[in-house]
Amino acid sequence: MKCQQCDKQAVFHITELETGAVRELHLCEDHARVYLNQTEGGGGSADEAEDAAAAGGAAGQLGVGQTADELAALDQKACDMCGITFFEFRNQGRLGCPHDYVQFAKELEPLIVNIHGATEHTGRRPSRSPTTVETAAASGTAELTGVIGLRREMKDAIACEDYEKAKENRDAIRAIEDRWIPPARPDSQE
Amino acid sequence: MQIMKLDTLAQSIGEWLRGTGPESDIVMSSRVRLARNLPQYPFVSRASEQDRADIERFLRERIAMSSAGPGLESIDVGGLEEIDRQFLVERQLISREHADAQGARSVAIDKLEQVSLMINEEDHLRIQCIHSGLDLRGVWEQIKVVDEQIEQFVPYAFHPRFGYLTACPTNVGTGIRVSVMLHLPALVITRQIDKVFRSLHKISLAVRGLYGEGSQAMGDFYQISNQTTLGKSEEELVEQVGDVVPVLIDYERRAREFLVRETEQNVHDQVSRAYGILRTAQTISAEETMQLLSRVRMGVLLGLIGDVKIADINSLLVRTQPAHLQKLRGIELDTKDRNIERARYLRQHFEAGGQNVN
Repeated sequence: MKCQQCDKQAVFHITELETGAVRELHLCEDHARVYLNQTEGGGGSADEAEDAAAAGGAAGQLGVGQTADELAALDQKACDMCGITFFEFRNQGRLGCPHDYVQFAKELEPLIVNIHGATEHTGRRPSRSPTTVETAAASGTAELTGVIGLRREMKDAIACEDYEKAKENRDAIRAIEDRWIPPARPDSQE
Repeated sequence: MQIMKLDTLAQSIGEWLRGTGPESDIVMSSRVRLARNLPQYPFVSRASEQDRADIERFLRERIAMSSAGPGLESIDVGGLEEIDRQFLVERQLISREHADAQGARSVAIDKLEQVSLMINEEDHLRIQCIHSGLDLRGVWEQIKVVDEQIEQFVPYAFHPRFGYLTACPTNVGTGIRVSVMLHLPALVITRQIDKVFRSLHKISLAVRGLYGEGSQAMGDFYQISNQTTLGKSEEELVEQVGDVVPVLIDYERRAREFLVRETEQNVHDQVSRAYGILRTAQTISAEETMQLLSRVRMGVLLGLIGDVKIADINSLLVRTQPAHLQKLRGIELDTKDRNIERARYLRQHFEAGGQNVN
């Protein structure tokens, strides 16, 4: 079998699970080294960035014009709501919460293009959701994901015995939920 | 209560196994699933035990109050024994991942076993709908209504550009997976199956085994599904899968005709031997059973075996699985005893002309 990036014999057969999708790579020794350096976030040569991107390694795609320091900084980047770092996502292939799509939008975009060949949803929309980017900040999803962060703060406040703060957090959560969660049907509640 | 309920289920079969519907000689079933999440909780893999319990309760109660609720019964998957979870996997009511997961989780199903709502699988909510035969349109129309009914009471995580937000970016956008389960024995026998799969991969369709992700193709049953979920509408994705099915059906039919025309004696011999083993074996594994049932199924459809119904074979495919056998027998059995029980069950079934099963 030939290497997927040149005419040499492929000696490395890699099964990539990182993005949640299984991809098989068949590479020669040289291209395997480049690829592995990139996926480890080690800032390997960006020459093959495009090919590596096609191979599905998230870090490979981010390697374009970025230094090792920048990549390391990116890995440290954490979601304000659920706290997941980009590094954790790269390792698990699963995101932490819906807000990650906002927080890591720039980083996720090349990955999403790679998987789907598109970045714009053209299908159905929930009837309550906004149809334009401009109103996204006001949307239910944007406000409701805030609850994830507030719940974390509340937990911390309780751990520090700061009950005043915990109460504030609780009230803030309730206000958002009351505003965005559709009212329950009273006669069918358990 | 739960176990009683599952034992009652064991006596019946799901609608998708009826062996009816368009093209049901080749298309076993048509399925659509939608991945949905609540914006106010972390995705399942990052949710605490408390979060998972809250998500499960919130969704269960909200689904119950929706118009979809009255027809559904909820099963507490987290509280089930392993054998009962396996039983639900064999019936395709939950995924293997859902069965093996940790923490609070449940599934709501309707009486026909067409609709199943998994709570706390990889996503907070996975809505699944499955019909017998080729009926992707019908499945889509049904699942769309269920999704809308639930949405009246449940906020879904949604992004104006990325669409429905999912735990894995491979599902983002529509969150839809459209699949058909095909029985392709003649393409396997004539060694054309790999070629077919390679061309499917080229048009972004995935091929999997009987039990979905990561499962081996057993007994010549294959699931064909869309690989991308973003950038195309749900209808377009339903069509993408739907468009390729008639082509595959045509290939399989031609391969079957070829087999009968060119090697009838051979095929007749293979099919008859498979039938003979199923009727007389004293111990038999699940894999061998599946393989032989596949051959017999083809034999029936080619008119080489007269006294067996397709619906019976479909039902045997599920009922000879490990958890079903044990449920039907009412006791736990190890592998060796299961193989003996499976052979006994098959012999009894065929001796009675398929009448004893229901």
